[in-house]
Amino acid sequence: MLKIENLTANVGEKAILKGISLSVNPGEVHAIMGPNGSGKSTLAQVIAGHPGYEVTGGTVTYDGQDLLEMDAEVRAQQGIFLAFQYPVEIPGVSNAYFLRAAYNEIRKARGEEEVDPMEFLDIMAKKLKVVEMDEAMLQRSVNAGFSGGEKKRNEILQMAVLEPKLAVLDETDSGLDIDALRIVAEGVNKLKRPDNATIVVTHYQRLLNYIVPDFVHVLAQGRIVRSGGKELALELEEKGYDWLLEPAGASA
Amino acid sequence: MSSQIESLVNKEYQYGFVTDIESDAIPPGLTEETVRQISTRKNEPQWLLDWRLKAFKRWQSMTEPRWPNVTYGVIDYQAQTYYSAPKSVKPLQSLDEVDPELLKTYEKLGISLNEQKRLSGVAVDAIFDSVSVGTTMKEELKKHGVIFCSFGEAVLEHPELVQKYLGSVVPYSDNFFAALNSAVFSDGSFVYIPKGVRCPLELSTYFRINAADTGQFERTLIVADEGASVSYLEGCTAPKRSTNQLHAAVVEIVALDNAQVKYSTVQNWYAGDKDGVGGIYNFVTKRGKAFTNSKISWTQVETGSAITWKYPSVILQGDNSTGEFYSVAVVNNKQQADTGTKMIHIGKNTKSTIISKGISAGHGQNSYRGQVKVLPKATGARNYTQCDSMLIGNQCGAHTFPYIEVGNNTATLEHEASTSKIGEDQIFYCKQRGLNAEHAISLIVAGFCKEVFKELPMEFALEAQQLLGISLEGSVG
Ligand SMILES: Nc1ncnc2c1ncn2[C@@H]1O[C@H](COP(=O)(O)OP(=O)(O)O)[C@@H](O)[C@H]1O
Ligand SMILES: [Mg+2]
Repeated sequence: MLKIENLTANVGEKAILKGISLSVNPGEVHAIMGPNGSGKSTLAQVIAGHPGYEVTGGTVTYDGQDLLEMDAEVRAQQGIFLAFQYPVEIPGVSNAYFLRAAYNEIRKARGEEEVDPMEFLDIMAKKLKVVEMDEAMLQRSVNAGFSGGEKKRNEILQMAVLEPKLAVLDETDSGLDIDALRIVAEGVNKLKRPDNATIVVTHYQRLLNYIVPDFVHVLAQGRIVRSGGKELALELEEKGYDWLLEPAGASA
Repeated sequence: MSSQIESLVNKEYQYGFVTDIESDAIPPGLTEETVRQISTRKNEPQWLLDWRLKAFKRWQSMTEPRWPNVTYGVIDYQAQTYYSAPKSVKPLQSLDEVDPELLKTYEKLGISLNEQKRLSGVAVDAIFDSVSVGTTMKEELKKHGVIFCSFGEAVLEHPELVQKYLGSVVPYSDNFFAALNSAVFSDGSFVYIPKGVRCPLELSTYFRINAADTGQFERTLIVADEGASVSYLEGCTAPKRSTNQLHAAVVEIVALDNAQVKYSTVQNWYAGDKDGVGGIYNFVTKRGKAFTNSKISWTQVETGSAITWKYPSVILQGDNSTGEFYSVAVVNNKQQADTGTKMIHIGKNTKSTIISKGISAGHGQNSYRGQVKVLPKATGARNYTQCDSMLIGNQCGAHTFPYIEVGNNTATLEHEASTSKIGEDQIFYCKQRGLNAEHAISLIVAGFCKEVFKELPMEFALEAQQLLGISLEGSVG
């Protein structure tokens, strides 16, 4: 579904991603872990097509197409969803209105009929349950004045509504208390299907107690330094990241 | 990060066509004789001619204000045409007599003068260059005692009302453009709502400038008698022309005791091209006088004109009167706007609210200029001002000029201001959810303007939102 080969990317003059290769197939859950500043969010943003990151080398194919040639909105319409580490506020635009606009754009791209506000409310009622969110959230402005936890839950609500093929969750667990964490994780699990895939970016292993990954990758200094199964996450929990970084810093 | 928000592509102005119609025009130039000719053309009574002539004398002694934060070349007042009317329009004609060519023009503008086809619930006065072409739903309104007609007709049919209120809110000597208007105004709308009547229809005037090098100088007078209420909407368009055209209007509102007047404007005059060539100079004086327990509310959505100079104001004359100003002003390309309001608190426990949303894109310059004045006798006066600016791109500007004068220490004034930039992160967030950049911008802008849009009559809220989308189209790369 997603094939990243030797991807390098800059912010301004600074090289952040220094050769990433990663393959994701339908039905798989991949966890990307690594210390702060290692480039996890950068990778997520590059997959989503943020114009502020410059891809300097490598290739990314998504369902056989050149992903890097696609505009961000086209990627979204083709089923790529990013749950932002820092969701953006849009004052004055209600969550319901925003979500319906997004939902309809994605339907349009698939050649389906747009839905009217009444139909959409029915759809929403079901999706709200997935993340145990109150209907009142729909009338509030997108993320404006939301608590950190509410923002993260709102991201998962959007994911539930938009039903992506490839979801990238960037630190969706950070800032959540244990109950919220469980709700978010269960939400993700409920949305899992054999034909979609999830990339979970986190630097704690605790989320992975709820969302069990098929693969764990450790990203450090812009490279994947280790890949393994779910047991790698436990090992990291025990030993931290330093033992993986050592080779790079050994000469010091 | 500068890759995405960049220079502008001008979207075609969809109302830029010209109607080919024979006109009766008074030759360009402005002398006492021009003023007399306009008055004669309109069969006016002597008192009105005298008033015009006083205004003209006054105007000659005044100089054009240059304090607004806008720049433009010299206006040659002698090169303007002050009166131009389609030949086919007869005084006091009925709607059946309107020239089909004119009906077509209005159809094209989305305004049907055919009563059967009209939005129910709205009556329209259509002003074409210097004259009113027709007013719909007059019979229906008459049943309720409501007078809604062209200004010219009101002068002939209801002279006592016109004479009583004309200039009572904006005296001819008020300012340079008001004096000019008072001397040469050619038509406009007149509204009178009798005591205790709630006007059963929305009233609306649609202004269209067609002729080249012709100014439009209309005058609107709205009188809501005691306990009456009315909602009024004004819309404006003009053809695309490479020369600047002058629009200097005056609107006066009188809200007598316990009356309520809501005045909404969707202003979409031709704004000039992307290099700033052509477009309307919109120099307008709008003011209301609110008597005891009455309320005057201005809502404006300003997207057009090359230059806007306009401060819809309320004189809070009576105790417990309320004044409101809700404004969205958009400048794109080379547009300049200097707009805001004045709230003059005279009566006790008077209350005013100002919500101003300025949006600047391209090389546009947007200034909010607002005055809140509390006179010594205005015990318990309250004002709330919120003034927000939004910038799209790096080459535009937003400026705020608040003036506050408080002569009574029981007054409560609150002022909030903010400036934000549509960030790439906001646009990217929307794109990541499948919206394209233009959709994202119009959504973000609509959210920004929400507090103002909700004040517009329902039928027009959507139109205003779409208009905003169009005028910002192409403002992101
Ligand atoms: N927009 C940006 N501008 C400047 N530096 C950035 C930007 N985004 C990321 N970086 C830098 O890139 C590196 C990787 O950041 P990021 O991808 O956010 O890491 P992680 O998500 O793994 O914590 C950090 O050194 C960070 O400071
Ligand atoms: Mg991060």
